[in-house]
Amino acid sequence: MDNVVEILLILVSTIFVTNFVLARFLGICPFLGVSARIETSIGMGMAVVFVMTLAALCAWLIERFVLVPFELTYLRTIMFILVIATLVQFVEMVIRKTSPALYNSLGIFLPLITTNCAVLGVALLVIQKEMDFFPMLFFAVGASAGFTLALLLMAGIREQIVHARIPKVLQGAPISLVTAGLMSLAFLGFAGLVKM
Amino acid sequence: MADKELTTHHLVEGVEAIESVPWINIKDLLLDFVRGLWEANPLFRLVLGMCPTLAVTTSATNGVGMGAATMLVLVGSNIMISILRKVIPDMIRIPAFIIVIASFVTITDLMMAAFTPELHHALGIFIPLIVVNCIVLARAEAFASKNTIIRSTADGLGMGIGFTFVLTLLGSIREFLGNGTWFDIPVLTGIMEIFNYEYQPMIVMILPPGAFIGLGLLVAFANMIEEKRKVRK
Repeated sequence: MDNVVEILLILVSTIFVTNFVLARFLGICPFLGVSARIETSIGMGMAVVFVMTLAALCAWLIERFVLVPFELTYLRTIMFILVIATLVQFVEMVIRKTSPALYNSLGIFLPLITTNCAVLGVALLVIQKEMDFFPMLFFAVGASAGFTLALLLMAGIREQIVHARIPKVLQGAPISLVTAGLMSLAFLGFAGLVKM
Repeated sequence: MADKELTTHHLVEGVEAIESVPWINIKDLLLDFVRGLWEANPLFRLVLGMCPTLAVTTSATNGVGMGAATMLVLVGSNIMISILRKVIPDMIRIPAFIIVIASFVTITDLMMAAFTPELHHALGIFIPLIVVNCIVLARAEAFASKNTIIRSTADGLGMGIGFTFVLTLLGSIREFLGNGTWFDIPVLTGIMEIFNYEYQPMIVMILPPGAFIGLGLLVAFANMIEEKRKVRK
């Protein structure tokens, strides 16, 4: 029973309280880049959920069974980024085979998952927090679900923003950033306005 | 355009002497350097590398630290990739670039842990995350893999300084409004004390929303200046 509560707490805190995009600032590039249409965001979100969970799992296994026993922890960054790059390549191949339409719509953003801070971020965070196996797994799932949630919400808002009359200097990135700021403000309601 | 302002006759004779060496072109070099400062500023114009920018700029000091760390990696990887540009096969260039970048990030990470432990702690996982900073890979792919070592160095320095500038600016604004201080000097709180007011900091500026809104308005401001410049021409 305790375990269930703990897992629920991990999920709620990673999705809402410390949302990966809106509170931890991880994965801002795809958040601003892909979130123009809801359909693309769903595809991107799914790819990220898959890659992030696998990346956290691989990072955890590598850290525990390779880096620590052989005292190679200083190679962590290089090791993790290599694993993630390979994973992304793998996911790209799977998506290309199974759903060419999705592959076309994701376009250049799929290889960009490699340079998505959220993926490397989750790998580094589970190591930094010294999590056990199951908390780690649910942390990764929750984190990527939080990312997808933020992406979807943003896409929904941006589909409306297109029809709004925005001052010329605010068009593009600035208005997206301010929108994200307001969303982040709303998400702060889950934590209460406390000084961090 | 900067082209017209930066012709060689503005420079001292010594520099002209260097320019007579066929493979160093001072004009190109200066242009490469200046481009990153404004024309192609990573944050204002290209809007790349947002994650560290938003995350660590809770104070001006953090902004400078993050900027310096990124610049070190940017210059180092630009030089190394430029040296290796004819050796690296085209097919595997991206993984090769990432390894080079990751090595420099590891060096920076370990050096900061040794010499500036406080800053290292404050920046946290965002130092290893320089590896996935889009600017570094973008410069490697778009510039360093096609140009000479010296030009790549100039490009890395320019981009790095442009990045640091925005980080410091955003950090200053957020620290000033959100904490009443600037580089830990109690500026706003001090001024308010003279008039016997107690300064109520805008905590929201230190919190995540402040980062998004602050950067959004900064980019808008940069766009405004660019518009004005275009009109003047």
